Amino acid sequence: MDEQTLDQRILALLHDNSRLSADTIATLLGEEEERVRSAIKRLESAKAILSYSAVINWEKAGVERVTALIDVRVQPQRGAGFDHLAERIYKFPEVRSVFLMSGSYDLSVMVEGDSIKEVARFVSEKLSVLEYVNATTTHFILKKYKQDGVIFEDDEGDQRLVVTP
Amino acid sequence: MTLNLRARISPAVAAIPPSGIRRFFDLAAEMEGVISLGVGEPDFVTPWRIREACVDALERGFTCYTANRGRADLLNAISLYLARFGVDYNPASELIVTIGASEAIDLALRTIVCSGEEVLVPEPCYVSYKPSITLAGGVPVGVPTHASDGFRLSVAELERRVTPHTKALLLCNPNNPTGTAMSREDLAQITRFVEEHDLLVIADEIYAELTYGKPHVCFASLPGMQERTILISGMSKAFAMTGWRLGYVAAHPDLCSAMLKVHQYTIMCAPHMAQIAALEALTSGEADVRRMMETYDGRRRLIVSGLRQAGLECHEPEGAFYVFPSIQVTGLTSETFAQELLSEEKVAVVPGAVFGEGGEGHIRCSYATSTESIAEAVERIARFVSKRIARR
Repeated sequence: MDEQTLDQRILALLHDNSRLSADTIATLLGEEEERVRSAIKRLESAKAILSYSAVINWEKAGVERVTALIDVRVQPQRGAGFDHLAERIYKFPEVRSVFLMSGSYDLSVMVEGDSIKEVARFVSEKLSVLEYVNATTTHFILKKYKQDGVIFEDDEGDQRLVVTP
Repeated sequence: MTLNLRARISPAVAAIPPSGIRRFFDLAAEMEGVISLGVGEPDFVTPWRIREACVDALERGFTCYTANRGRADLLNAISLYLARFGVDYNPASELIVTIGASEAIDLALRTIVCSGEEVLVPEPCYVSYKPSITLAGGVPVGVPTHASDGFRLSVAELERRVTPHTKALLLCNPNNPTGTAMSREDLAQITRFVEEHDLLVIADEIYAELTYGKPHVCFASLPGMQERTILISGMSKAFAMTGWRLGYVAAHPDLCSAMLKVHQYTIMCAPHMAQIAALEALTSGEADVRRMMETYDGRRRLIVSGLRQAGLECHEPEGAFYVFPSIQVTGLTSETFAQELLSEEKVAVVPGAVFGEGGEGHIRCSYATSTESIAEAVERIARFVSKRIARR
């Protein structure tokens, strides 16, 4: 297959399961392993693939974790727009994601901490006080149903009969 | 007075042997933690847009009978859908919506097979074919296909078994259990055979969408074949709608009107809400089918590669979602192999012997399961095979 299609197919597979080896990807796509390895390297260099990670259900791991989605209204800066402020915000290690949004607020910030108090303190002491931040509204995630394409609920498993003609 | 109920059962039914699959299913169902490569249906749930169409139909109260033949809009959609395979069927007179392809096969057989007439059935074959022929009063005649030939049907084997009593050929393409998808050239030879012997053809093409590397060739699209072919397909495999029981049969109006009589007296109509869901699937489900097919294709490569690395000779399947490797290297019968693999390694495969002549010495592995399960299963099979080879 052509390079663009190969890249897209590799990205789709890794997006679903980042643990797939180049060898397995090559078999699934009917391609040479070396060609897949080169494609992955190319995609990493181009920063199309930024990192490999796992989706964790912290509750099942017995770890207390609180996540909040914070709507942030900002004053965009001359010459820099929203980028400079977004960078200041995402540099905090507590901040898991920052998105520029259309609609009634400007930035959506996801923050993780060990407790509601910790997250609230971050918002009041670090986030709200930033220059050019006009207002924040904090929403705490109460329950995760699905994240990054992964369903958190225990599913009922394979409903099919174990052997059928 | 005690009733002797067994003596009151129709001899035709009593004579049908119990399914080998059923026996194996009972064994596997009792065990925990089995990886099953024995499932003959997709592991995908029916795409949400199709399910939602059914939910909407129920909410709006579409719970009554439809016309026996099926809803007009669905018949039109089936006709349009089949056109992509090079066949043109009049929705008003040449199509019937059935309860799965299973009912369509039964309709076809009951309508055309007279008592004692023979039906040629390439083997290994789907377990229902021969009993269905028997129940219709016919005589199933197995026609062997061979691993050395990729299980393709040969005219030479057909010629050896055709007789003046032969009425029809029952062809499953792409094939369950072998995964064989016959080429245009292969099928052209079969067309000459059926013309020469003036046979009807029942073409079960339920796996038509699931072909890899080459497009499906619809038997009815071949020159001169539409008139003598009863084409059977349905929603089960391509659209992951096995439990919905929605299929269809396409045939010349003379055959179709006769089948319609059987259908209207025995079934009335296919479930109304399933018909509406099928309409949604045919009109907007193409992207879902493509997505599932691409996933099966990747798994197909994975399982063939894995089984070959495990030491099993395995022809490359080009259709459906089955692979039919040889286990002769272990010296075990297919039933023993399957039973011992299940008890020692908790992997369920189907013994090839249950699919008729030519199936012994093989196992059927379905790759309608996750890549993780396939990878784990072939590892366990490799371990099992290696131990058995060492013992020989």
